Amino acid sequence: MNRYPLWKNLLIGLVLLWGLIYTLPNFYGEVPAVQVSSAKATLKLDTAATTDRIAGALKAAGIENTGIFSDATSVRARFKDTETQLRAKDVIEQTFNPDAADPSYVVALNLLSASPSWLTSIQALPMYLGLDLRGGVHFLLEVDMPGALVKRLDSTTGDLRTLMRDKSVRHAGITREGNTVVIRFRDAAQREAGRRAILDSTTDLQLVERDDAADDLKLVATLTPQAQQTMRDFAIKQNITTLHNRINELGVAEPVIQQQGAERIVVQLPGVQDVAKAKDILGRTATLEVRMVDDTPGAIEQALAGSVPFGTELYNERGGSPLLVKKQVVLTGDRLTDAQPGFDGQTNEPAVHLTLDAAGARIFRDVTRESVGKRMAILLFEKGKGEVVTAPVIRSEIGGGRVQISGRMSTVEANDVALLLRAGSLAAPMEIIEERTVGPSLGAENIAKGFNSTLWGFLAIVVFMCGYYLLVGLVSSIALAANLLLLVALLSLLQATLTLPGIAAMALTLGMAIDSNVLINERIREELRNGASPQAAIAAGYDRAWDTILDSNITTLIAGIALLVFGSGPVRGFAVVHCLGILTSMFSAILVSRMLINFIYGRRRKVESLSIGQVWKPDTK
Amino acid sequence: MEFFRIKKDIPFMRHALVFNVISLLTFALAVFFLLTRGLHLSVEFTGGTLVEVSYAQAPQLEPIREALAGSGYPDAQVQNFGSARDLLIRLPNREDLETSRVSETVMNTLQQVGGPAPELRRVEFVGPQVGKELAADGSMALLLVIVGIMIYLALRFEWRFAVSAIIANLHDVIIILGFFAFFQWEFSLPVLAAVLAVLGYSVNESVVVFDRVRETFKKKRHMTTPQVLDHAITSTISRTVITHGSTQVMVLSMLLFGGETLYYFALALTIGICFGIYSSVLVASPLVMWLGVSREQFIKPKKEKEEAVV
Repeated sequence: MNRYPLWKNLLIGLVLLWGLIYTLPNFYGEVPAVQVSSAKATLKLDTAATTDRIAGALKAAGIENTGIFSDATSVRARFKDTETQLRAKDVIEQTFNPDAADPSYVVALNLLSASPSWLTSIQALPMYLGLDLRGGVHFLLEVDMPGALVKRLDSTTGDLRTLMRDKSVRHAGITREGNTVVIRFRDAAQREAGRRAILDSTTDLQLVERDDAADDLKLVATLTPQAQQTMRDFAIKQNITTLHNRINELGVAEPVIQQQGAERIVVQLPGVQDVAKAKDILGRTATLEVRMVDDTPGAIEQALAGSVPFGTELYNERGGSPLLVKKQVVLTGDRLTDAQPGFDGQTNEPAVHLTLDAAGARIFRDVTRESVGKRMAILLFEKGKGEVVTAPVIRSEIGGGRVQISGRMSTVEANDVALLLRAGSLAAPMEIIEERTVGPSLGAENIAKGFNSTLWGFLAIVVFMCGYYLLVGLVSSIALAANLLLLVALLSLLQATLTLPGIAAMALTLGMAIDSNVLINERIREELRNGASPQAAIAAGYDRAWDTILDSNITTLIAGIALLVFGSGPVRGFAVVHCLGILTSMFSAILVSRMLINFIYGRRRKVESLSIGQVWKPDTK
Repeated sequence: MEFFRIKKDIPFMRHALVFNVISLLTFALAVFFLLTRGLHLSVEFTGGTLVEVSYAQAPQLEPIREALAGSGYPDAQVQNFGSARDLLIRLPNREDLETSRVSETVMNTLQQVGGPAPELRRVEFVGPQVGKELAADGSMALLLVIVGIMIYLALRFEWRFAVSAIIANLHDVIIILGFFAFFQWEFSLPVLAAVLAVLGYSVNESVVVFDRVRETFKKKRHMTTPQVLDHAITSTISRTVITHGSTQVMVLSMLLFGGETLYYFALALTIGICFGIYSSVLVASPLVMWLGVSREQFIKPKKEKEEAVV
């Protein structure tokens, strides 16, 4: 009666083996590494070529590495000690960024798991440590949505003024009042004409008529909820993109930039200690400019030879070829309201659609009319350095503020260009509403403290269980160890962030998980006390305890899930581990311990007694 | 070895009234302290800046206080944290300060004070908008736990069990909070997590007892309700003490080795575990009795046959 079918034993064995494999990387520790990633959004990292380049550079310098690894966005080389790592960093830095003033790549020091590559190749990675354990800076930024709305309405006010002029509608003033734009008219006919003109040109505005006096007729325009939503999404996406570009500059190995909720952005910079610099960089703006290209024959050769013609500047185009651009600025990024990737309506080629505000559209129309057939350069200035994002040929006069850039572009490139154009500046101001800095020494201490608490608590429980329940107690202890193993494996697999509260949750969960085994063992004793045979007592003990274990774990899980849903920061780290721990404890406390008990007792025909400690019966002495 | 050698069921229910009066008194005391003293909320809830620095030698606090007052923070609290070499500086949020720059100004000021050089250990800055949300989220989590557990227990057992388990365990939560209010221990986010975890954990304690109650009702027909409750408590008491002992060992280990960060977390758990045993046994069970639980609520004719086979 106390035997598991073969498949069940195999299944449990496989799960434990799986747990062991995925826990392994945590034991290997970390080795120093150098990480190379792209510093510019315009530059896609070619991982294969970069790997070769790093290997070549290291070989030339006679530095040994213990493996080069790559993922989608970065290439990392491992080294045997910190000294080699530092030397290698210099060599790689020189190879990849010959011009130190204008780095195209981020070369950063990092730590990599020292686990063998077969583990890495099956995605078995060590647990992902939170900032409180590894040290670093955490910012929570809030995007000022009311500010973005005001900015948008201000530009709408300008657009409406131009629109009224173009359609020759007479008005008595357009002003922004709070979250509305108010247009004044002297008579109803003009107002009707104005209303039509607005509705024909845009679907983003809702119009309401208001009469304050016979000759003071008003049209009150507000953004439709849909348009507001689009604006919010756009603002937060653009801010995230901009932050990405800027943080690349800091040379952080693994920055985290994520949206949190509707209007917040989390920025985590592991290993960064210089908070002041980080804040400076987060707060800086980049700018976008549109200028004309000087395609005079011979001028570019002349410029490359060293004498740049008067009134022009030499810039590099994306992809490398130099381009001579006039100094006069046609448009700045302020005039750009949106840039989206898409497709050309006729040729179906990938394209980028730009939307300019009213003033920008007028300038653009005038410039393009005069320069059909010429090239126009779109430049992005970051850290005072300019780069030509794209330089399309003007095919015809472009009016209406809707500009399309197409030709010689893949879909990916179109996406990149659109992102980059939007990244020119922050869509809305941001404010730091939460900051957490943890020094590296505190991080290491926290790991040690968390580890020690878990270790000593675990050992104390094992000693007690083995003393009180003897062999059965040992089985319970092994089951508890299996629980820890599976929990660590799950955390490693999910790459959930492990924080100090997370380690506390791990310890607490272990302390609670033993409950299931205590319940079972007490039940078995009770059955024995009531005169059941050892085999029957085991079966009944596990059977009867099951209901109780399920109930108690579910109630604990309810609390865990509530924490997960409503918790933030430290609480969430706690809740994730707590919930996972409850699940793994159900598996190990019931299945693993039962399997072991079956191995010990289930195979024997006759069991005289169980090694479960003394079973005291009230009627004996 | 066996700790509990109990011959007869212990007549807990005979003293039910006494226990209820004790609970009511502690509960009232806890509420009193919560109202009069209030919780000492951490920077996460109140908003503000917290800077932890470490020195090679113990620094003088007075010059540091003066220097901070000199650079525009007369309301800075400077105190030792853990050891004489570690300092914790708290600054409340103020309207007129550029809040996100506070930590840098503080570090600059500290560096200018003579004596040993400070090493930055930790900075926490929380804007005013975040704190309010955390408090709201915390209350929502508490509410969700209560409702979730009540629904589960009502489905799985009976509404009387659900109600008494929740009352008993909320009583625990209030008492933990009462302790924190009385001693003015810092109430931080991890402590909140501990409180909610304890809520789930001690409900689980009540569940174990209730499971037994249900089983005893089905099996032993001749017992009265108080006898059934006594029997259920007595037969689970060994497990209760061992389980809680094990969990407490783990928590104790955190209390001893976990350092400052985990100290209050572990403390909240300790109080929670101790009162959890008491309340689930001696508060929840009498409540079930007062609410009028009886055998009829568990016996369904069909099920009885199955039980007869066992």
